[in-house]
Amino acid sequence: MNYLAAIKPLIRKSRDNKTIVVCSSILLLIAAVALIGPLLSPHHYASTDFENPLMLPSASGWHLFGTDDLGRDLFVRTLLGVKITLFVAIIASCVSLGIGVAYGAIAGYVGGTVDAVMMRAVDALYAMPFIFFVILLMVVFERNFLLIFVAIGAINWLDMARIVRGQTLSLKQREFVDAARLIGVSTPGIILRHITPNLLGVVVVYMTLTIPQAILVESFLSFLGLGVQEPQTSLGALVNGGVSNMEGAPWLLLIPSIVLAVILLCFNFLGDGLRDVTDPKKKT
Amino acid sequence: MLRYALLRIFGAIPTLLLVIALAFLMVHAAPGGPFDAERVLPPEIEENIARAYHLDESLPQQFIRYLGGLVRGDFGPSYRYRDYSVSELIGNALPVSMQLGVLAMLLAIVAGVAAGLTAALSKNSFIDRLVTGIAMTGISVPVFVVAPVMVLVFAVYLQWLPASWTGGTSISRLILPVVALALPQIAYIARLTRASMIGVLSSDYVRTARSQGLRTISIIRYHALKPAMLPLLSYMGPAIAGILTGSVVVEEIFGIPGIGQFFIRGALNRDYTLVLGIVIFYATLLILLNLVVDLLYGILDPRIRGR
Repeated sequence: MNYLAAIKPLIRKSRDNKTIVVCSSILLLIAAVALIGPLLSPHHYASTDFENPLMLPSASGWHLFGTDDLGRDLFVRTLLGVKITLFVAIIASCVSLGIGVAYGAIAGYVGGTVDAVMMRAVDALYAMPFIFFVILLMVVFERNFLLIFVAIGAINWLDMARIVRGQTLSLKQREFVDAARLIGVSTPGIILRHITPNLLGVVVVYMTLTIPQAILVESFLSFLGLGVQEPQTSLGALVNGGVSNMEGAPWLLLIPSIVLAVILLCFNFLGDGLRDVTDPKKKT
Repeated sequence: MLRYALLRIFGAIPTLLLVIALAFLMVHAAPGGPFDAERVLPPEIEENIARAYHLDESLPQQFIRYLGGLVRGDFGPSYRYRDYSVSELIGNALPVSMQLGVLAMLLAIVAGVAAGLTAALSKNSFIDRLVTGIAMTGISVPVFVVAPVMVLVFAVYLQWLPASWTGGTSISRLILPVVALALPQIAYIARLTRASMIGVLSSDYVRTARSQGLRTISIIRYHALKPAMLPLLSYMGPAIAGILTGSVVVEEIFGIPGIGQFFIRGALNRDYTLVLGIVIFYATLLILLNLVVDLLYGILDPRIRGR
C-alpha cells in the first residue's frame, strides 16, 4: 500500500463534485494571482507615497484596490497578505497534521489504558482557551513567525487526533495488519508502513478543514496587532488597518474582508465537499 | 450519579493546576524582568525591589506563593496600571464582559436552534439550503470582519445604532456587539441542530411514532427534541470558548471596557501579570463551565454515567 494509491480514488470522486471543483479552482486562482500579481504591478508593498493617501481604486496609476493611509498600494499589499496568510496556514496545518496523526495513530493502535489516558487528555484540552496561551506566548517571547506556526499548529491537532484514532481502531482489525504482525513487523513499523498510508484520505479531507481554522487564528492574532509585523502584512492586519479608516475609505476594510471571507468559505466548502465524497454513509 | 459527579470534579482539578502551572512557567521563562526597562538603580535597591516582589525566591516557591494568592482571589499587582491590582482590573471589567457574553450566548442558542430546526424540518427545501448557506458563511467569516462591516452599515451609513460603547443608551450600544459576538455561534448551533435533528427524525422510534399517527408537532415535542438537543449540550464548551475569544475582538472594536480589552492592552504593553491573570481567569472559567456542562450531560443522559 503506497501513499499515492491511497489518494487516487479521492481525486477520481472529487472530479465529479461541482462544489469541490469550483472551490478548488477559485483557491488556485487566488493563490496564482497572489504569486504572480506583485511581479506585474509597478508598486512595492512597502513603498509609501504621501502625496496620494487613501486613493479610490482606479486603473490609472495601477492602484487597482486604491491606496492606504500611507499611500501604499492596496492591491500589492492584499496579495502579500494572501500569500502570508496562506503560507502560515499551510505550515501550521502541517504541524497539526504531524502531531495529530502521530498521536491518534499511537493511541488507536496501542489501545487499552494508553488509549484511554491519551484520549482523556485530548478531551481535557478540547475546550481550553489555547488562543489565550498563544497570546501569552507572543507577549512573553519576541513575536516571530516560527512561533506563530508552531502555536497555531499546536492548537489545531486535537480534531485530527480524534479522527485518526477512530480510523486506526477500525484499520487495526483488518487482515493485512494481522498478516504484518504475524510475519514479525514491529509496532512502529506497522504504524508507519501499514496504518498511516491508509489514513491519508481522511487526513487530506481534514486538512482542508484545518487550514481555514489556522487562517482564522493567524488573522485573529494579526488583527489584534500580535501577529505579522509591518511592513509585512496579512489579511487580518489589513482588516485591522481598514477599521481605522473605514469612514473615509471603506474599501480599505471591505476589499481585504471580502478576500479573506472568500478564501475561508472556499476552504470550508471544499472540506465539506471532500468529507461528503469520502463518507460512505452519505451517498446522496 | 454521585460517583460520576465526583469523578468529574476531581478530574477538573489537575487540569486546572496544569493550566496555571503552564501559564506561570511561560511568563517566568520570559527574558528580562519587569523592572529592566526602568533607569539603572544601585544594586542594593534592585535587590530590595526584587525581595519586595519575591523575585529572589526560587521558581517553585514563587509558584506556591502565586497559587496561595489565587486561592484568595489575589492575582498580584499589575505591572503597568500603577494603582491597580490585577484582581481589581478583572473585577471592574467583569460585569460588562459578562453582560455581553451571557446575552450573546442566549441569542446564539435561541436563534441557532430555531434556524436549525426550521432547516431540519424542511430538509432539502429552499429554506434548508438558505439556512445551511448562511450558516456556512457565518462559520467562515470571522468576528473581526463581521463586526467592522456591521458598524459601517448600521452605524456609519444608516446611523441606526451607535458605533461605540460611549455613544449610545445602555440598550442600543449592546445590540451590535452582542449580534456580532453571537453570529458565528448561531451558525455552528444551527448546523449542529439541523444535523442532529435530521438524524433523530430518521430513527426507528420516530418512524414508529409516526406510524401510530402522531402529528409531526407532537413527535418533535415529545420524542425528537430532547435527544436532538444532546449534541448541542456537548458543543457548549467550545461555544463558550468561542464567545470568550470573540469578546476580545468585539470589545476592542466597539471600545467596550471589558476584560478582553484589558487583555489586549496588557498583551501589547507586555503587562505580564495582567495577561497571566486573565489567561488563568479565562481558563478557570472555561474549566468550571465545562464541568457544569459535563454534569448536566450526566443528568440528562443516563448512558454517560456508566462509563
